[in-house]
Amino acid sequence: METLTHPDQNGLKCKDIHICHNTTQKHVGGPGVTSGQHRQEDFEKAPMHVAVLTYLGFGIVTLFGYFRDFLRAVGLEKRNLAQEREEQKEFVPLYQDFENFYTRNLYMRVRDNWNRPLCSLPGPVIDLMERVSDDYNWTFRLTGRTIHNVINMGSYNYLGFAENTADYLETVADKARHYGVGVCSTRQETGTLDIHVELEYLVARFLGVESSMVFGMGFATNSMNIPALVGKGCLILSDELNHTSLILGARLSGATIKVFKHNDMVHLEKELRDSICSGQPRTHRPWRKILIMVEGIYSMEGSVVRLPELIALKKRYKACLYLDEAHSIGAVGPGGRGVTELFGVNPADVDVMMGTFTKSFGAAGGYIAGKKELVDYLRSRSHSAMYTSSMSPPIAEQIIRAIKCITGHDGSTEGIRRIRQLAENTRYFRAKVKKMGFIIYGNDDSPVVPILLYMPGKVVAFAREMLERKIAVVVVGFPATPITEARARFCMSAAHTKDMLDEVLHHLDEVGDALGLKFSRRK
Amino acid sequence: MEYLAWLYYQYLLVTGIYVLEPWEKSIFNSVLFSAVAMVIYTSYVFVPIHVRLALEFFSAICGGQPESTMALMN
Repeated sequence: METLTHPDQNGLKCKDIHICHNTTQKHVGGPGVTSGQHRQEDFEKAPMHVAVLTYLGFGIVTLFGYFRDFLRAVGLEKRNLAQEREEQKEFVPLYQDFENFYTRNLYMRVRDNWNRPLCSLPGPVIDLMERVSDDYNWTFRLTGRTIHNVINMGSYNYLGFAENTADYLETVADKARHYGVGVCSTRQETGTLDIHVELEYLVARFLGVESSMVFGMGFATNSMNIPALVGKGCLILSDELNHTSLILGARLSGATIKVFKHNDMVHLEKELRDSICSGQPRTHRPWRKILIMVEGIYSMEGSVVRLPELIALKKRYKACLYLDEAHSIGAVGPGGRGVTELFGVNPADVDVMMGTFTKSFGAAGGYIAGKKELVDYLRSRSHSAMYTSSMSPPIAEQIIRAIKCITGHDGSTEGIRRIRQLAENTRYFRAKVKKMGFIIYGNDDSPVVPILLYMPGKVVAFAREMLERKIAVVVVGFPATPITEARARFCMSAAHTKDMLDEVLHHLDEVGDALGLKFSRRK
Repeated sequence: MEYLAWLYYQYLLVTGIYVLEPWEKSIFNSVLFSAVAMVIYTSYVFVPIHVRLALEFFSAICGGQPESTMALMN
């Protein structure tokens, strides 16, 4: 198997590639999948009139945006946002591109649905600070009142580890008393504590790999380590819907990037074959490395990667696999160990396993795990290891206690109970929402449930109505999703009780009828 | 009455007017209302005349052929 530390030449020539016949089936499991588990994901398309009306809605609001810009330019209206100084009016304009237009005229009108301040633990119920605006969302004013006991369907709290009960947090408080909170150094200098070594050993044992390394920030784990692994002359094949951190890391590295359609193994194989045949861009030499970047669960879709087929492809074409398990670690699989356990795949087949501790472990930071040579290489070459400060000790202790709870090493069955509760909540919620007639995306096992809302007016009305009924949801619109597919994203948690879910489902039903959101044509 | 209020709400949501400020809503509503009123007025004035002419044209083709050959022979 290729190691990532030694730049090796990918020596396949075109005539050596033989055509294989059994990779065109999409829904059949590959060699590694546990028998009897047939994973279906569907992405139901909305009726045509919904797409037309969505464009119509955006078009009308854009026209009004131009009208308001005209009023501001003429002087009939006050300008509230940044603009160039008088002396610089002749220079190249700074604030006229589409992104600024969109921010000024569309986002500002509705931005009371985002950045809502919380004043409690991000558990299953939260307290929000009440915020009003007197001038249509240009400025906000806190009234001083708090909205109590809002059911939280937006936090990434999959196993419910965001908790503040004193006996669970005893070890964390001890470590804070012992080590303090800040580390005041990078890993390479004096920032490697014994708690980091213990944590890395536990993470490696949890995932079933040789060794691992932890970093202080999840985004920085991706964006700072990919440039250390690949460089110019390498090829990166990345999924269409990858997270910004992966895209940023890929662009920073300087490698050639090719994008393949989401979860489409046929397209990926075609891209692989074309790239291997044609080689590097101008010189046509063989690629130094080929890296396939995918995620375990895609957070905006709720879909799960097709791991067995990917491993089979990777082995045939001698590529390396980078698996980002930010949302799937701790949340899927019978033991909470991520997509490798879900599909029954040997973790040694995945070359670089990456994940974050923000979602299922209730802490902060990320890890990269794999073979010992890979991790030792990263310890000395990664930007994140050399320049960023290392993980804070109480946070490391929180992750250690969470891992011990999940694996059952602290002696209780709390971890297994939480994993089962999460799986049950996910199944129950998804089944009920589908039965009501909403369109949802993604795999039936994934705890991320995106409910499609499509039209910009409905997206905003949905968020406001749900807040009136004391349910906090996250809605996502244009820049993060395609323009016609705005959605509300519900994140399941093991801390949600069945009563909370029933209440949410009841209100969802009412709001769905009041706003006309039940687009599904499969009853 | 409740139903009309719900219909108006749906109209606001679907066209995207829901996010605009009240005076912009009024502008859009008045423009749309005047356009629809003009369409209705035009159809009221012109559609009966056009329908009658079309019916005469088609009946002249179908039923009128024996008449025209008789006219030629005379």
